[in-house]
Amino acid sequence: MTLAAGEARGMRRVMLGATTAWLAVFTLAPFLIVLAISLVEARFGVPPYEPLFAWSKGLWPVFNGTLANYATLGSDPLYLEAFASSLRIAATSALITLIVAYPMAYAIARARAELRFGLLMLIILPFWTSFLIRVYAWMGLLNSNGLINALLIKLGVINEPLTLLNTEFAVHLGIVYSYLPFMVLPIYAVLERMDWTLLEAAEDLGARPFSAFRRVTLPLSLPGIVAGWLLVFIPALGEFIIPDLLGGPGTLMLGHVLWTEFFSNHDWPLASALAVSLLVMVLVPAAFLYRVLRRAEVAS
Amino acid sequence: MDRPTEGAPPVIRIEGVAKSFGAVPAVAGVSLDIARGDFFCLVGASGSGKTTLLRLIAGFERPDTGRIVIDGEDMTSRPPYARPVNMMFQSYALFPHLTVADNVGFGLEEERRPRTEIRERVAAALDLFDMGGLAARKPHQLSGGQRQRVALARALVKNPKILLLDEPLAALDKKLREKAQLELVALRERVGITFVMVTHDQEEAMSMATHIALMRDGALCQVGTPRQLYDAPQSRFAADFFGVANLFEGRRSGNAVECAEAAATLVVDGGAGEGEVAVMVRPEQMMVSRERPARANVLPAALTNIVFLGNASICHFTLPGGKAVQARLSPTDLAALGALSAGDQVYLSFDPAAARVLAS
Repeated sequence: MTLAAGEARGMRRVMLGATTAWLAVFTLAPFLIVLAISLVEARFGVPPYEPLFAWSKGLWPVFNGTLANYATLGSDPLYLEAFASSLRIAATSALITLIVAYPMAYAIARARAELRFGLLMLIILPFWTSFLIRVYAWMGLLNSNGLINALLIKLGVINEPLTLLNTEFAVHLGIVYSYLPFMVLPIYAVLERMDWTLLEAAEDLGARPFSAFRRVTLPLSLPGIVAGWLLVFIPALGEFIIPDLLGGPGTLMLGHVLWTEFFSNHDWPLASALAVSLLVMVLVPAAFLYRVLRRAEVAS
Repeated sequence: MDRPTEGAPPVIRIEGVAKSFGAVPAVAGVSLDIARGDFFCLVGASGSGKTTLLRLIAGFERPDTGRIVIDGEDMTSRPPYARPVNMMFQSYALFPHLTVADNVGFGLEEERRPRTEIRERVAAALDLFDMGGLAARKPHQLSGGQRQRVALARALVKNPKILLLDEPLAALDKKLREKAQLELVALRERVGITFVMVTHDQEEAMSMATHIALMRDGALCQVGTPRQLYDAPQSRFAADFFGVANLFEGRRSGNAVECAEAAATLVVDGGAGEGEVAVMVRPEQMMVSRERPARANVLPAALTNIVFLGNASICHFTLPGGKAVQARLSPTDLAALGALSAGDQVYLSFDPAAARVLAS
C-alpha cells in the first residue's frame, strides 16, 4: 500500500466517522426519542407522557409501551382525513410544480452557455429572502382588498373581490411558488448533461419534435423529475406554515394537526405517533422512487 | 467530370448552397452532384465545412441560399424527419434508455408500422450485422464496435435512399477501424444505396470512396475519383492533402520549367498552367540511382536519412540548393542501390509523364 492510498483511507475513515456521528446525534437519536414517546400514553405533568419503562414494581423495569396512539390515528376519521388531504394536496402541488418547472429547466438548459448561470440565479434569487416573509407577501397579494383583486376590479374583469386567500387554491399556489427551485434545479441538472445529438437522431429517424421529446428527452430526464418531485412532495406533505397562513378552515393538513395535538392538546404521544406515521408515509414512496432513479442512472 | 453513371440523374443535387453561422461562413456556395450508388466522401481539415454540408443534406441546418434536391425532389425546406435520408452519428447517438432492438425499431415505430413488421425488420437488420443475440442489451452494455453496428442497423432499417455517415469510424481503435472500413464498403454494395461519408482522414477516404470531394474553407477544392485526386491534383492543397508531394516551384514556357530551387530545367509532359507553376512529383515516382541516368529531369542529391516502413522505405534527400526531396523505395529498389549511408551522393530522376504541373 502506498503512502497516498493509506492517507486516502485514513481520510475516508474520518469523513465516514464524522458523517455517522452527525446522523446518529441529529437524526437517529431524535427519531428514537419521538418513536419512544409515540408508544406511551399521555398524562398531566412534566413531561406530559408516561415513561416507556417504569421502575416502580419489583426488580425489573415494566414496559409501558402501547400501540394505542396508532390505533387512535387509524380509527379517528379526523386523522385519516388529514392524511388523505395532505397526500392529495402535496401530490397535486408537486405535480403542478413539475408542470411549471419543466419548461423553465428546459429553457435554461437550452439557453446559450453564458446565459445559463444568470437565468439560474433569477430562479434562486427570491429564495434568499426569508420564507416566512414571502408567504406573508402572498397574503397581501391574495387578500380580498389585495393587489390581485384590486387589479381585476380595476380592469373590469370582476365586480366583487374573489376569495383567494384562505382557500386550498392559495395553499397550492404557496407550495408551487415556495418549492419551485427544488424542482427546477434537479431537472436542469439532468437536461444540462443530456446529449442533444440524441434529439437530432430521433428527428433523423422520423420523429417530429413532440414525439422526439416524449420518446427521448422525457424518459432521459426522469431521474431529475423523480428527484425534484421528492424534494417538493416530501416537505409539502408535512408543510405547516403555508396551510396555516394561506389555507382556509377546510384545509386539513398533517403539519397543522400535529401542531394542534402538540401545542393545544398537549398530547405529545399522539403528536409523536403522527410524526412517525408521516415519516413512514414519506419513506415508502421515497424508497420506491429511489429504485427508479437508480435504474435510470445505470441505463445512462 | 467523368462519372460511371453519367447521364443518369444524380441522387443528390446541391445547387449553390451557402450557410453561415453568425458572421462565420461554414459552407460558401457549393454545387455538387452525387451519383446514385456512390460511396461519396467529403474530406477536408476541421473547419472546412464538410460536416455542415452533411448536416445540410440531413436537414439539421437550413441553407442561407441555394437548393438541395434529393432524388428529384426539392428538400431545401423539409425538416429532417421528412427526408428519405438517415444519418449515422459520430457519437452513434444511441438512445441510452432503450434496448438495442428498441433503438433499431425507433424509426419504424415513428412510421406507425405494425408490431409484427417492426419485429421482423429489426431482427433482419440486426442479423445483417450479426447482432441478433444482443437485441435485449442496453447500449452501455456493448463494446464500441457493437455500438457502431447498432447505429448502422438503426440508420439502415428504414431503407433510406441515402445513408449519411459522420466520421463513422473515428471512435474505433486502429485495428477495428481497418476492418470496419472494408465492412462499410461491402455493406454499401450489399444494400445498394448511396453512402455519403464525412472524414478528415485522407487515407480512409481514398480506400473507401468511389468519389471524393475535397473541401477547404467551405468551398469545394476538387471532386473526383480517389485516383484522379491522387494522380492529378489540381492544386498544391490537393496535392499535399492526398499523400506526400515533392513540389518544385518554377517558371514554365512550353514543356520546360525553369526551376531555380532545383538548379535545373525540368521537362514536363502537358498539364495546365503557364508562367509561375509548381511541378509535383510523388515520392514513389522519384527514381534513385548511383550513376547519372540517361533521362530528362536528373537531380544530383545527398542522402539525409532513411525511414524504414517495412514494405517500403522513405528516403530523404537534400538538393545542392538545400531543398528537401523525398523518394519512396521498395525493398528491392533499395537493395539494388547497395549499402547507403547519410551524405552519399546519388541521382534523383523522374519521368516527365509522372510529373504534374500545378498552376499557381
